[in-house]
Amino acid sequence: MNGNNILQVRGVERRFDTTLALQATDLDVAENDFITILGPSGCGKSTLLRIVAGLDRQTAGEVLLDGRRIEGPGADRGMVFQSYTLFPWLTVLDNVCFGLRERGWPRARQLETAHGFLAKVGLKGFANHYPKQLSGGMQQRTALARALANDPRMLLMDEPFGALDHQTRELMQELLLGIWEAQAKTVLFVTHDIDEAVFMGNRVVVMSARPGRIKLDRRVELPHPRSYAVKTTPTFMALKAELTEAVRAEVLAAQAATQAASEAAA
Amino acid sequence: MKPLTPVAPGVRVALGVSFFVLFVAVWAAATFGGFVSKTFLADPLTMVKSGHTLLTEMGFGWDIAWTVWRVLGGFLIAAALALPLGVLMGAYKPVEAFFEPFVSFARYLPASAFIPLLILWAGIGEAQKLAVIFIGSFFQLVLMIAVTVGNTRRDLVEAAYTLGVSDRGLIRRVLIPGAAPEIAETLRMVLGWAWTYVIVAELIGASTGIGHMITDSQALLATDQIIFGIIVIGLIGLCSDLLFKWANRRFFPWAQLGK
Repeated sequence: MNGNNILQVRGVERRFDTTLALQATDLDVAENDFITILGPSGCGKSTLLRIVAGLDRQTAGEVLLDGRRIEGPGADRGMVFQSYTLFPWLTVLDNVCFGLRERGWPRARQLETAHGFLAKVGLKGFANHYPKQLSGGMQQRTALARALANDPRMLLMDEPFGALDHQTRELMQELLLGIWEAQAKTVLFVTHDIDEAVFMGNRVVVMSARPGRIKLDRRVELPHPRSYAVKTTPTFMALKAELTEAVRAEVLAAQAATQAASEAAA
Repeated sequence: MKPLTPVAPGVRVALGVSFFVLFVAVWAAATFGGFVSKTFLADPLTMVKSGHTLLTEMGFGWDIAWTVWRVLGGFLIAAALALPLGVLMGAYKPVEAFFEPFVSFARYLPASAFIPLLILWAGIGEAQKLAVIFIGSFFQLVLMIAVTVGNTRRDLVEAAYTLGVSDRGLIRRVLIPGAAPEIAETLRMVLGWAWTYVIVAELIGASTGIGHMITDSQALLATDQIIFGIIVIGLIGLCSDLLFKWANRRFFPWAQLGK
């Protein structure tokens, strides 16, 4: 056991009735790691993340955060979802204050912290807007500020930029990376976008087709701070090529499995 | 006209008012033109005149006040009990499993059919009127509130949990505020139904109220007064509706966005 691992996933398995979604998975996450999890859709990457978040229960194995078993969701693991999950009845500012208020912080301290994080995600002038008045990218930036304001041990992100257009997505990647470089948070980031996985992560984990398991675990040897220009360097391209092959093999395997199942049914 | 295309606000008001005008015009034509006997349907002018007499000389204002008081009293008691129960049923599935079958059954029991029974139990006093309205609105409210609260978006609930919310905090800070605009809409609708129950309760065994005035007028064949009474009920309903809509916009501005 490594002393600097803040998160340990030990033999975690998730079964839905008869389907095995995730098979005995191990993963160690070190302090300040930015791990991106790649895989074809339905490979169980979101399931793994939800188990770490405590929103789903594993059917075998255990997850330890700082050596303690995870039994349910908590403020120590902040999460940003793919769907827009801002509370529509709260303003941007009160959304960011949500977790702080739950802790019973005095209002003045809540506001100070919230304004600080809103400035960090570039939403200074939007504190009093309602979520429905914001674009998708701005909503996800607010969701990021809301999760960060809570000062969690880990940040869990489930395809947070998946619903955004390409340009907004690239800006969001740089924003998040900039915050991570400045704040050194530990991040688990699920995506199916290979560019995103390599650009953001210091480690990329590829998961296999269902039943999901970790197939490949690569360090990303690109120096920080990274800018978008890094995407055209040979190191980036070489890793991207390797991961593309690995993911493609899994997508094909998943397709073959679906076809075999439908033929068996017919 | 194209389906679902909105109309300008001015045109909207004009169209709404013009149907009222058309309605009164048809009524006036039928009565003044002599197509309908005065015994069965009074003309609009007679109706307005006798309405004036009712209000100035016969103390109809008091009848209106009594009726409004009964509706609000019965409805507020029903709402005060239905809100906590509905929220608990929406939030906690075992509570829902316990009450839901009975409430679903009870809401089909017609409130008006309870009147004879309620007269036996509570006499013909105010308690009986309030009870009719209570029975008519309580079960409907409970079910609709429970469904609204139970339909809270699951991803919002999950987001709240990852922000460290407690179970009580979830109810207080997510389930209730999220459901509030729809609950207000439910209250508005059920208050409308409460109006029909109060009149029924007043038709039988009451010495005051709009419904009582209508039964009295029937004995005198005073269709002008009956129609005036009915129109007053309609107008009060319209006012309470507008008040609710205004309050919804005022208290839940976020729910109006993007509509």
